[in-house]
Amino acid sequence: MTELLVRMIRKPQGAIGIMLLAVLAAICILGPWVAPYGPEKMDFLGRFRAPGWQNWLGADQFGRDVLSRLLTGARATVPMALAATLAGSAMGAVLGVASAYLGGKADEFIMRTNDAVMAIPGLLMALLLVSTLGNGAGNAVVAIAIAFAPGMARVTRSVALGVRNQDFVKAAVARGEGAAQIVFREMLPNVMGPIVIEATIRVSFAVMLFATLSFLGLGAQPPASEWGLMVADARQYMHRAPWILIAPSAAIALSAIAFNLVGDALRDALNPRDDR
Amino acid sequence: MSFAWLLRRLLLMVYTVVIVSVLVFAITQALPADAAQTLLGENASPEALAAVRARLGLDDPVWLQFVHWVARAASGNFGVSMRTGLPVAPEMLTALSRSLLLAAGSLLVTLAIAVPLGMFAALRQGRVADTVTSVIAYLGVSLPEFVTATVLALLLTDMLPWLPATGYVSPLENAGLALRHLTLPVLTISVILVAHVMRMMRSETLDVLQSDYVRAARLKGLPERTVLVRHVMRNALLPVITIVALDVGYLLGGIIVIEEIFAIPGIGRALMIAITTRDLPSIQAGAMIMAVTYAITNTLADVVYALLDRRIRYD
Repeated sequence: MTELLVRMIRKPQGAIGIMLLAVLAAICILGPWVAPYGPEKMDFLGRFRAPGWQNWLGADQFGRDVLSRLLTGARATVPMALAATLAGSAMGAVLGVASAYLGGKADEFIMRTNDAVMAIPGLLMALLLVSTLGNGAGNAVVAIAIAFAPGMARVTRSVALGVRNQDFVKAAVARGEGAAQIVFREMLPNVMGPIVIEATIRVSFAVMLFATLSFLGLGAQPPASEWGLMVADARQYMHRAPWILIAPSAAIALSAIAFNLVGDALRDALNPRDDR
Repeated sequence: MSFAWLLRRLLLMVYTVVIVSVLVFAITQALPADAAQTLLGENASPEALAAVRARLGLDDPVWLQFVHWVARAASGNFGVSMRTGLPVAPEMLTALSRSLLLAAGSLLVTLAIAVPLGMFAALRQGRVADTVTSVIAYLGVSLPEFVTATVLALLLTDMLPWLPATGYVSPLENAGLALRHLTLPVLTISVILVAHVMRMMRSETLDVLQSDYVRAARLKGLPERTVLVRHVMRNALLPVITIVALDVGYLLGGIIVIEEIFAIPGIGRALMIAITTRDLPSIQAGAMIMAVTYAITNTLADVVYALLDRRIRYD
């Protein structure tokens, strides 16, 4: 574990990614306590106040402190993306491993159907699901998880096919172990590496997708200070007070970059031969 | 490319469309909104509601509804919009044509920028220019479309104040005005896509540069320009086609956001309006049309790729 970490921070990209992620985690945990103001505290004299000593990142159309809203809003954004990725990856991984385990016609059928489901663009799928489930952060998480599952299933299955033919799995089949036993106890643990890498990179997509759903008015609902929602609110005033727009945009971008960098570093660290 | 392969590929496309239609129907049928209630408003009498339900076939078993729906959809009839009372399909197809115009323009601009840029970065591998382009490309893929689009809209409307920030004009009505309306959205989408395509072009060029045939071409004494254009670019472009096809799917998703921001009445915006007003037939038609478009472009990309690269044998 420590060795992996050392290998990841050897390259500047990995070091930056881990640093960003640590900052993000700290904000998610401590955000509301270190925020200088309450996220919904209005100040009508300070409407559209430019960044300065009173409001470090400026104030919005209600005079709410942008920095405080960002710090509080991290909790409404990043954990949601993590939860969606986790759930989607778990669903996809089980499906992929099960498909590889079954093999033959069943595998062919599952994977062709999986490919067909992937023909629906992620955002469209998420939109359709949210329109059924109803607006809201929780439903957006479920929608993203379901939209992620097929992609994850495909990745997992290709790795699991290799595992399927190894002796320990054949031995388990010969011992007469049940399908669930083989899928969960024998095969899944041995495909975890690639799944973790893929999932880490996908968190950055989840951050973006979740923020997009909120931006379109289907995810987190006002007055939440979810970052995508903040961008949506700020659009009207973008010429008058660009800082309201830029701060949450930068926050979303930095979170996505953090997970991207860490995912890439993880892949390089676990795969020492590929140096490109 | 054998005939059998082509047939298999087409069958796969048809299967995709079937699965997509099952999914779209399954998801939308579970919509909490009662179609009859939406149609008649909240004060409708129970008798009127029952009559409308019977007319729309809402009391039939789900599988029968699905069969009816598919049969009608296959002949291009997705029903009437609950919002406007007009047939859904023609409206959606018009919207699609606008989106396709936007998408095609963006792809052209993207390729025109990304291909030379990717090659340039590869030729300067490890130097400052390469690092700078890589960082920009990384930023490009790490920003959600709505952020890029909003920030670019902010910057571009300041820099190019004579360009309209929102709206759409048909090129059939006024080509010049249409072009001006399309400029900002096309630029925005291109900035997003350039990152993808450029990254791919760079790594492919690096591969090709190390190949024997490029060394042979150089040793033959061909001018560097000829080597780059004839040998390097041609071969590096091949895999890029696949990425571009994948980007079309991404584009179809991303276009929802772009059309919202720039107020373009394309398929994405039509779908958003349908979703927010719970207009069931419009949601179904919009989703189906988008997914089918994606399935077709994907198949086309595979076929073009197979035609261009005869070394590849699919079976």
